[in-house]
This record gives sequence, C-alpha cells and structure tokens, in this order.
Amino acid sequence: MDYLLTETQVEIRELARQIAEERIKPVAAHHDETEEFPWEVMKVIADSDLFGVYIDEKYGGFGGGVMELALCTEEFSRACGGIAVCYAASALGTYPIILFGTDAQKQKYLPDLAAGKKLAAFGLTEPNAGSDAGAIETTATKTKDGNHYILNGTKCFITNGGEAEIYTVVAITDKSKGARGASCFIVEKGTPGFTFGKKEKKMGIRASATTELIFQDCKIPKENLLGREGFGFIVAMKTFDKSRPGVAAQAVGIAQGALDIALKTAMEREQFGKPVSSFQGLQFMLADMATKIEASRALVYATARMVDSGNEKIAKESAMAKLLASDVAMEVSTDAVQICGGVGYMRDFAAEKYMRDAKITQIYEGTNQIQRDVIAKNLIKEALAGK
Amino acid sequence: MNIVVCIKQVPDTTDVKINPETNTLVRDGVASIINPFDMYAIEEALRIKEKVGGTITAITMGPPQAENALREAISLGVDDVILLSDRAFAGSDTWATSYTLAQGIKKLGKFDIILCGKQAIDGDTAQVGPGIAVQLDIPQIMFVKHIREINDTKIIAERMTEEGAEVIESSLPVMVSVVKEINTPRLPSLKGKMRSKKAEVIKWTAADLDVEEDCIGLNGSPTVVNKIFTPPQRSSGVVFEGEPEETVKKLYEAIKPVLGG
Amino acid sequence: MSIQVIEEKCVGCGACVRVCPFGAIEMVEKIAVINDKCTLCGACVDACKFDAIVMRIKHFERKDISAYKGVFVFCEQKDGKLQTISYEMLGEGRKLADQLGVELAGIVMGSNIKALATEIGERGADKIYIADAPELKYFLDEPYAKIMAKVIEEHKPEIVLTGATSIGRAFIPRVAAMLDTGLTADCTGLDICEETKMLLQTRPAFGGNIMATILCQHYRPQMATVRHKVMKEAPLQKGRKAEIVNIDLTKNKKVLTSRTKFIDAVLEEMHTVNIAEADIIVSGGRGLGGPENFKLIEELAQALGGAVGASRAAVDSDWIPYSHQVGQTGKTVCPKVYVACGISGAIQHLIGMQSADTIIAINKDPNAPIFKVANYGIVGDLFDIVPRLTKMLRKEIAV
Repeated sequence: MDYLLTETQVEIRELARQIAEERIKPVAAHHDETEEFPWEVMKVIADSDLFGVYIDEKYGGFGGGVMELALCTEEFSRACGGIAVCYAASALGTYPIILFGTDAQKQKYLPDLAAGKKLAAFGLTEPNAGSDAGAIETTATKTKDGNHYILNGTKCFITNGGEAEIYTVVAITDKSKGARGASCFIVEKGTPGFTFGKKEKKMGIRASATTELIFQDCKIPKENLLGREGFGFIVAMKTFDKSRPGVAAQAVGIAQGALDIALKTAMEREQFGKPVSSFQGLQFMLADMATKIEASRALVYATARMVDSGNEKIAKESAMAKLLASDVAMEVSTDAVQICGGVGYMRDFAAEKYMRDAKITQIYEGTNQIQRDVIAKNLIKEALAGK
Repeated sequence: MNIVVCIKQVPDTTDVKINPETNTLVRDGVASIINPFDMYAIEEALRIKEKVGGTITAITMGPPQAENALREAISLGVDDVILLSDRAFAGSDTWATSYTLAQGIKKLGKFDIILCGKQAIDGDTAQVGPGIAVQLDIPQIMFVKHIREINDTKIIAERMTEEGAEVIESSLPVMVSVVKEINTPRLPSLKGKMRSKKAEVIKWTAADLDVEEDCIGLNGSPTVVNKIFTPPQRSSGVVFEGEPEETVKKLYEAIKPVLGG
Repeated sequence: MSIQVIEEKCVGCGACVRVCPFGAIEMVEKIAVINDKCTLCGACVDACKFDAIVMRIKHFERKDISAYKGVFVFCEQKDGKLQTISYEMLGEGRKLADQLGVELAGIVMGSNIKALATEIGERGADKIYIADAPELKYFLDEPYAKIMAKVIEEHKPEIVLTGATSIGRAFIPRVAAMLDTGLTADCTGLDICEETKMLLQTRPAFGGNIMATILCQHYRPQMATVRHKVMKEAPLQKGRKAEIVNIDLTKNKKVLTSRTKFIDAVLEEMHTVNIAEADIIVSGGRGLGGPENFKLIEELAQALGGAVGASRAAVDSDWIPYSHQVGQTGKTVCPKVYVACGISGAIQHLIGMQSADTIIAINKDPNAPIFKVANYGIVGDLFDIVPRLTKMLRKEIAV
C-alpha cells in the first residue's frame, strides 16, 4: 500500500528499517534471553538522529510528529518489540515536556532527549492505580517556602525505569480534588530520595526494563512542575492521545515481523513434496493475516496524521487504532506460530517471541477493555450531541 | 587533516546468481553497493576526523551511476565527494585506475592520509591503493587492522599478517588500506541522508584532469582481459541422512581415502 | 578506443546480453545497445556470431619489449626461513621458464640471509639475486619495492611472479606501478601461449563466480601474484648448483631508505595455525550457538591435524577472532579438505572456500546451500555428529 509518505518520512522509514535489519534483528534473541538493556542499539538509534524525529527543530529535533514516531516504532518492532519499546517509552516520557513544558524546561531537557543522549520514562501507574488513573497515591507536597515539592510514593511497571535519566511523574498535590488534584513533575535520575525497585521479569518485550520508581522524601525544585498544579491528569491524557498511535504502531510492527517469519517458513518448508505455502489452508491464513495488518496500519497512519494535524478530538480514533492493531498483533502472531508448526513453538526460533511480545500491546497504555470503553462513550456522546 | 577516501561501487554479491543454463552471471536487478571494504575506510576516516579534526573527501572513478555510492558516503558523514567519470576511463585496469584516481587527488590538492578498503569484492586485486601511493610518491601501510596513533605528522598502525600483526610507523602523507577488523561501520544518520540528497557531487571528466590519453581507460591499461569463462560448477556430492551413528560411519568410510588412509 | 554495435549487422539474437558479465548490454527494439556499465572486456565481441560488435583500440607507440628474457620469482623469507610460498613460486617459475626455454632466477631480500641461496638453487633456480642488508631485517614496502624494481630494470625478465601473501600483495603493486607495467592479482593458473609466448594469467573474479584470463601484451615484465596453495612446490634437488649474485646496495643507499618503520610484531596467541597455509580446515558457524562450542571444532581439527576456521556469523558474534574468518570479507582458502560445521553456506562464505579439493558439510538443514558445493555431507545435529566423528578419527589414527 502506498501511504503517500513525504520524502523525509520515506527516508526515516528506510533508515529505521536498516537499523532494524542490521542492528536489532541480530541481537533480538540475545536481549530476549538475557533481559539486558539494549544500550548498544539505543546508541545506534541516537547516532542516526531518530530519537529526534518528533521533537521541534528548535530543540535539536527533526520537527516531525506522531507519524514519524510511529514509522520508527513500527520498523523497530518488526525486528524486536522489546527493543522498540525502549525507544517508544522514551517518547512517552518526553511528550509531557513537549506538550506542557515551558521554553526553559524544553531548552533544558529536549536537546539531550532529541539527540538520544538521555532516555525518558513516564511514571503514572501505581499498584492501585492502573486504568483508574484517578486513584494515584503518590503525593507531592509543596515546601513551606514554596520553592520545592517533596515526593512520596511508589510507581510500578515503569518502562525504561532505572535506565532513563528523565522521568515525568504524576503525583497528587491536592488530595481533596481527586483526579483534578494531580500534577506532573520532571524528576531526574540521581535526585536524592528517588530510587528504583526490582526489575520485573516479563513474559515478552524482555529487552526492555520495567521497574518500580520509589520516592522517599524526594525533594525537587518547583521549576520541575509541568503545566500548573492540578494539570496532572490532563497531562497524562494528552500524552496518551499522542502515544497511543505509537503503541498501535508497535503492534503493527510486531504483526508484520510475525507474518514475515510465517511467510518465509511456509515457502521454505516442504511437506508432501511441495512447500506448505502451496496449501490453500495456509494460504487463506496468510491472506487474512496480511489483510488485517494492512487495515490496522492504515488506521494507525490515518490516526497519526489526524493527531499531527492538531485536531484535539482524537480520543476515539487513538483508541480505535490501538485496539485494532494490538488485537491484530496478538491474532497474527499466534497464527504465525501455528503456521511454523512444531518449530514455531521452540524458543530458538523467532516466531514464539512475537507472540509473547504482542500480548503486552493489548494491555499497556490502557487495556483494550478501556479502549472499547473510550470508544463506546465517545459514540454515545456524539450521538447525544446529534452528530 | 585532509582525509581522502577512495571508494568503488560494486555489485552486491549477495544477489549475484549464476544462470544454470547459460552459465553466466545473472545481474538483472542486482543492487549496487559501496564496496564493503571501503565502508571500513569511510568509517575510519570519520573516526580520524572525530579525533583530530579535518575534512573528508570521498573520490571514486566509475560510470555516472557511481554518484549513488558517493551520496551514500555523504549520508555517513563524508564532507565532499568527487566523481571521476568519462567513457574514456572505461576498461581501466588497476594501473590506469590508480593513475586516474591519483590525478584526481592531485587536482584536489591537499591530502594527509588516503584511505582505501583492502580490496574491491568484484576484482579482489588490492592493487589500486599501492598504485595511487606510487603515483603520488607517498609511503603506504597495507591491510591495517588498527590505528594506534595519528597526528599531523605521523601515524602508527597495526597491519595484518599471516601470523598476527606488524606495528608500522609512517610519516604523512600516507596511503593506508584497511581490513574489516579495524572497526564497525556506522549506519547513516537522518541528517546525513537529508544532506546527501542535496549535496553537490563534483564531477570531473578526462578533460578536467591532467591525464595523458594513452594512460587512461583501456589504452592506459597494461593488462587486458583475454577470456572470461565460468569455472566448472561443483557438482553436488553425496549427502548422508539418518541416525548419527550410521551417517558418521558412512562419512568416515567415504572420506578415508581423501585423508590419506 | 571505443566499442560499437553495427546496427545493420545486429540481428537481436541477444547472445551478447547473455555473455556480458557486467550487465552493460540491453536490447532496444531488437538491437543491442551498450551502456555505461561497459568495461570494454570484449566478451560480447567474441560472442557475436554476426560480427556486429567491434572494438576499436587506438594504438599508441609501444616500448620495445624484445629485450626482456627470463623468469623471476620473489622468494619470501621470514626470520631467515624460506616460506613455503617460495617453493610454490619456484616450482611454477621453473615450469614457465622451461616452456619458454629461458633462465629462472630467484630474488631474496633480508638481513643475514645469504645462506638461503643454496636452498633456492636446490629448489630449481638457475640464478639467485640476494639483497642482504641490516635495513632489510623486517619487511618494509618501500625498500623491498625499490630493490625489486632496480633488479628488474637491470636484468629485464619477461615474467615476475610473487606469492599473494601479506608481503607480496603489499609491495609488488608498488613495483608494477613504478615500472609502468601490468600486474595480475591472485592468479590460480599460469601458462604460456604457444603462439605468442605470452603469459596467460588466469584468476577468479566476482568471488570465484567467473574466471578471467588476463594478458599483458605490450608491457614487460608480465607480473603476477599467485595464490598460496595452488601451485605445486618445487622438489628439493640436493646438491643442485646455481649462480649467486649479490645485489650491490652500497652504491645507491637510497634504495634502502623508507618512510615507514617497523616498530614491533604482535603474534596472535590462540590457534596459531595459519588457515591460509593449512591443508585441512575445520570451520564452525552460527550453528555452534556460542563460543564455548568452538572446542568441538578444535577437537575435530586436532584429530585431523588441521586448522580452525569460522564463518562471518561466528566472528561477528565474537566467538572467535577475525583472523579465522573464511569468506569474502575474511580469508580465501584452498585446503585439501574443508569441513564446514553448522555453516549454512552463504555466497560470501562459499567464495572463500569453494576451491578446496574436498568439502565436507555437517548441517541440520538439508536445504542449506553448503550441501550444493559439498562432496560429502551429513544432515544432522552437529553436536551429535562432530564429537562422534572426532572420536572415530582418533580411534582409527591410534590404531
């Protein structure tokens, strides 16, 4: 399918694909096995300028948006969903600064993030606050002199935790206001009182680091507040609107990578004297997989472009893209294992990894149940408004 | 430091296939790439520049489409590129190629180090580098696997030998040919790729260079190809399948005479 | 100089398109059109049955080359020991000299190496040129090249052969450039044309996918580097006498000067057997799964008395040093026996080893390309097969 990409977007995709083929694919199994953080790949991506594709040129980026970010994430994910999420999660941690940062805050943090010198992470989820972001318990208390905030609490399941330098963290500044009492802060690694909990052992995306963020009387300057007090929930929602097409792109990439393997294997493996790809049962499966991937890619790109156009009403479309793409990724990667047969189930063959990696895309950045909820609520709202 | 990298555009041999009927190379749709060894030369040039500063110029002799190889070099970080292209250069052997490239480098003017890949994968001669060095009357260090030290006046490098390596010091300017072990070439950057689209490729023909008519192309080539033929294909041998115990025994019996009993 | 298609004669048969190794000919409306990829190799001229392709070469005045007579071979020595490549050069040089009915001379350079003359004579040289000076203790490109060029200029041989080693391939291209003559790299076949008495130099191109025979028609000497392990070694004829000529290096000290200087030699510790020299090579690839499993390869190599090689995949994963890499970006080897274990046989690997006399492949994938070039193969798990084979070989050898 020709998506009529711009010249720059074509170059970005080409470069991301080259990195995926030459530098990610060969190490994907290693990082999956050892759970080592793929710093060497992050360095390659940094040197290639791709950390900056969605950041303003003024701050050392390339001036693109969600579409460019999605292209990179998709191509990286095609080789390894785990390594790709290290990249994508940094964007997730960066978006609050792009969206709500003052010029001074942007000047301070964005150039290093655009250059890939530092990674970012976003800290919202807590043991008792996942999809229900309003239930956050981490607190940020303003000091008496008004110059600092003191953070206390624990975030969990934070992608890039421990590896990132810059964290954007949501904490409650006014408990009485519920969700409207949350605020977002920038916290740098190394700030006294800020430590990391244990690194999680995951089913998939094992190249990525997932840890707790622990705040114990962690004192940060008031300049690190993003937006205004009480904006925390809005920062999170706006950030997710931007990042959801990215997760969807990750899912598209995983699905495509799984199909690539299934197709190759089906064409190479012979049974009854001919390649198994010549059997109609498999052909129908391959056709369905390819069609579903293309449909989700089309929706993801359309949504990414809609987001980049500045359209604010994107909650429904973002949710749809993430929902469709991640469900397709799970389905396609499962079928890919099926097509590869016995060998597909083996750990030293790549197919099963795509299946494990795919699962998380249905869960994080809002479970698919939440996405359906968002879509349905918007449908009803639109109907009531008489649209 | 003025760094010159000599590169060549070659067919990507991963794609080269033999047509079993005609026994000739199938070159339809074969992609052209920068000679893999030259990628190490480009990378080493970039590292030298990062260390001591300077300008990197990549130069190639070839048909007009060799411009693509030069643009790729820009995307990797090379500053300037020169294409020596003329129908009169066709048929050059290593002598004529060295002569023409050397005249190009002379026209360019200043050079402190000339980097070449060990050899080109389509010709495998490894003769153009030393040829250029003689034409420019400079010393050389061949098959370098590590540059220990380089400054404005000298270089200390390890060159690969059958037994290991020799550490060689040379004054500048010098021609250095590099082997794969020397580095891991970087990938292009997005900024480099964007720049490579717009950057100017300097194109020089025979008329632009101070070259003798009887020193270039086929006329200037002491060696000529007399005959090209396909080597007899190895026919597939005996392949044993089955239980390891059996297959190993069968193989052992089969190879015993080869091993000299 | 140009190549031209005579349109009236071209019938559009496409024979030229098929033989062109450079893909430089296209059929446009049933007429051959030669594009910029043409290197004037002339393959199409020979292939055209209708004489529709002509190559016009402008002839310049050539130097008189009739004075050039005899065959010279460079005899490589290290630490005062003649290298086996020198025996091969002497063997091949002797053959060519006999075909031409001329003298064979060997040239040797170094420090305190006069004693080598006897050996070179006993290996078939009629004359030995010796350059002996303390400055020549270690190989350096410039003095070696200058002395070689000087000897050639003075004695005018028609053929000069040098081994394609890290020394030969470094300095001999300088000599050819200094003498303005042709040099053919890495030859695997040499012969004398009966008619013209010219040297026919055959070498692989495109990684061995095609062979080319090269001529040096109008310049002398005809120079070639010759691939190691291809030519037969000259037999030792005890007591054979030869004329010894000491090259006078005192008159012109300039030939000994060098802008490069030898500092040190670093010898590789592990697996010191040089794979380019080995008669038997056992190579391991990606199928080994990790560096620790290279010991299976080493054990088999030991049992066979061979050296250890590796595929690019194994080297790139840092399982074994680069010096063991066989293939396009590694070393080209031509041992008597090559055993490939867990190597699928990518074209780049095949290029480096397909001229081995006997190839044995062990791989679990029956469709692996390595089986297409193998004389013998086993489809199966190398972890099962290699140790068994090693054991069997050890047992048999012990018996």
